[in-house]
Amino acid sequence: MNINTTKVISLLFFIFSTFYLYTAYQIQVFAFDENAPFNARTFPIYLGYAGLFFSGLKLILPDPNTIKVNHKTLEYKKTLILIVIAIIYGATILKVGYFLTTSLFLFSSYYFLGERRWVLMFLLSFPFVAAFMYLLHGVLDIYLRDPFLQSIGVMG
Amino acid sequence: MIEGILIGLTTALTLQNILMVMVGCFFGTIIGMLPGLGPMTAIALMIPITYGFDPATGLILMAGVYYGAVFGGSTSSILLNAPGVPGTVATSFDGYPMAQQGKAGKALAIAAWSSFAGGTLSAIYLLFMAPSLSKVSLSFRSPDYFALMILGLTAIAAFSSKGQFLKAMMMVVLGLMLASVGQDSLSDITRFTFNNMNLTDGISFVLVVMATFAMSEALTIILKRNDPTSAAKQVSLTELGSIRINKEERTKMYKTIPRSSIIGFLIGVLPGAGATIASFLAYGMERNIVNDEEKEKFGKGSVNGLSAPETANNAACSGSFVPMLTLGIPGSGTTAVMLGALLGFGVQPGPRLYMTNPEIFWSIIMSMYIGMVILLILNLPLIPYIARILAVPKNYLIPLILFFSITGIYVMSFNNFDIYLMIGIAVVATFMRLYDFPMPPLILAFVLGGLMEENLRRSLLLSNGSWEFLWDRTLTACILLTTILIVVWHIYKTMFKKTKD
Repeated sequence: MNINTTKVISLLFFIFSTFYLYTAYQIQVFAFDENAPFNARTFPIYLGYAGLFFSGLKLILPDPNTIKVNHKTLEYKKTLILIVIAIIYGATILKVGYFLTTSLFLFSSYYFLGERRWVLMFLLSFPFVAAFMYLLHGVLDIYLRDPFLQSIGVMG
Repeated sequence: MIEGILIGLTTALTLQNILMVMVGCFFGTIIGMLPGLGPMTAIALMIPITYGFDPATGLILMAGVYYGAVFGGSTSSILLNAPGVPGTVATSFDGYPMAQQGKAGKALAIAAWSSFAGGTLSAIYLLFMAPSLSKVSLSFRSPDYFALMILGLTAIAAFSSKGQFLKAMMMVVLGLMLASVGQDSLSDITRFTFNNMNLTDGISFVLVVMATFAMSEALTIILKRNDPTSAAKQVSLTELGSIRINKEERTKMYKTIPRSSIIGFLIGVLPGAGATIASFLAYGMERNIVNDEEKEKFGKGSVNGLSAPETANNAACSGSFVPMLTLGIPGSGTTAVMLGALLGFGVQPGPRLYMTNPEIFWSIIMSMYIGMVILLILNLPLIPYIARILAVPKNYLIPLILFFSITGIYVMSFNNFDIYLMIGIAVVATFMRLYDFPMPPLILAFVLGGLMEENLRRSLLLSNGSWEFLWDRTLTACILLTTILIVVWHIYKTMFKKTKD
């Protein structure tokens, strides 16, 4: 049986809207605001109903422009690896510091995407990040936190 | 107005701002040239850089990026038949055949001159139209603004969705829902934070833009790198040919450019329409206007066929600034990103911007023109070299886009949660893109969410909770009627007609 993924996404959006609407009704407002023409929960409640309306319509109406995606041609593995690397990068950037984590993130991303020109990979990671850091921190005066560079005395 | 123009010129012609326009045009051209990456991504990537500047300089940089990206999109359309942005799809109809005939240099030169002329003419229209519109829009009240925002969101959903109106409306609602996270602006009551302190201030605009555009574009390119239908073509840059345009070709362009610039500008002013529709309409109109002999050449390398969409898409870019600068309501996804950046600078666009921050208002308009000149000076001689950028391997490009996106969030908040949230939103956006859920409506809704709630709140409080404010004023009623017509028409089309490509 062929499942129309657009309809599945619409169903998920319908469920999400239901949850959003339920949460909107749970928003605590001040007692004096309870019966006011507009309070903190009014707009979210309308949005919840709008979400139900449009996703409901999408679910029940015929879909003349069905989108067919050929999953066999999609590079799920590399995309997933890249997402995982990005998560690890996000998790370590504050503790380790901008320079080292960013350089390693770039270097490993090039590697997992299939690049093997080591010199170019190096140049476009460590020196590139150093130059970019200088532009942000040194020229544009945008603060960059880097415990690693601070610990070795490179950054003040 | 003369005084304003002089203020704008003084601001825009400082060494720093000229440098910013140059940098913006250059990077915009490079990013716009890469298939899949459009002006929104280019501007989103530039936002962190603008933090260090004053609002006028930051916006001048972004305006430069915008024009550069649109021009860059034309380059990939002509050389690769892979438009970098939807607004340059029509450019490829005649630009690519011209390149195949060994006249790539000429095609790029025609595109550059047409873009310049279209942008220049529309900057002049903007110069005269924006102040008068600002004065008119001062009479707008909360119900009108609320209705106008509904119209803007509906229109962008209708025009950007390629026949998938309901999907676009779902994205509008999702954008508004994301905007509702955090403290309520009036009562300070927290909403949808689930006791997570990181969400108390709401979701950052830059985070949403980076996630839905830059990051999800990058992930989509990787995901589809083996897809034979995607535009992953390798460039063979052999001979570009001469970039000289002869007298006959110039004569044809002189006729095409004025009419295409007018249609482009007017379409650009309409909320939601933008460069894509403008370029297609200009192409279609030009085809109907020219003589039979010229009509035969359309699709096979016609000068008129290339010049018309190029003029119109640049004119539409200037036009889309009109609703943003005068009403505070962006007319396109790209200007929505710029509006978000303006709000980030603490500048409230709208009719009063013209009076309260004339240097910003006029310097943006002036920098548009300067941007056009620089784009021409910079890009025309550099065409053969810039074109080589198209050969940058994706193995390097994708990690660099991800790096710029994450850096953008990192320098803003120094918070891991924001990075995780961005990756999460990017993954969902990538998946939704696969099934043609458009992202510009989401961004526009996210930007307008707060303003929309504010205007609805004021309108409802003033009318004691009655919804009569929707038809009390003729202006409000007219705007809403237009919105209803758009909704009904698109639902009818979805139900009873198969949308033609």
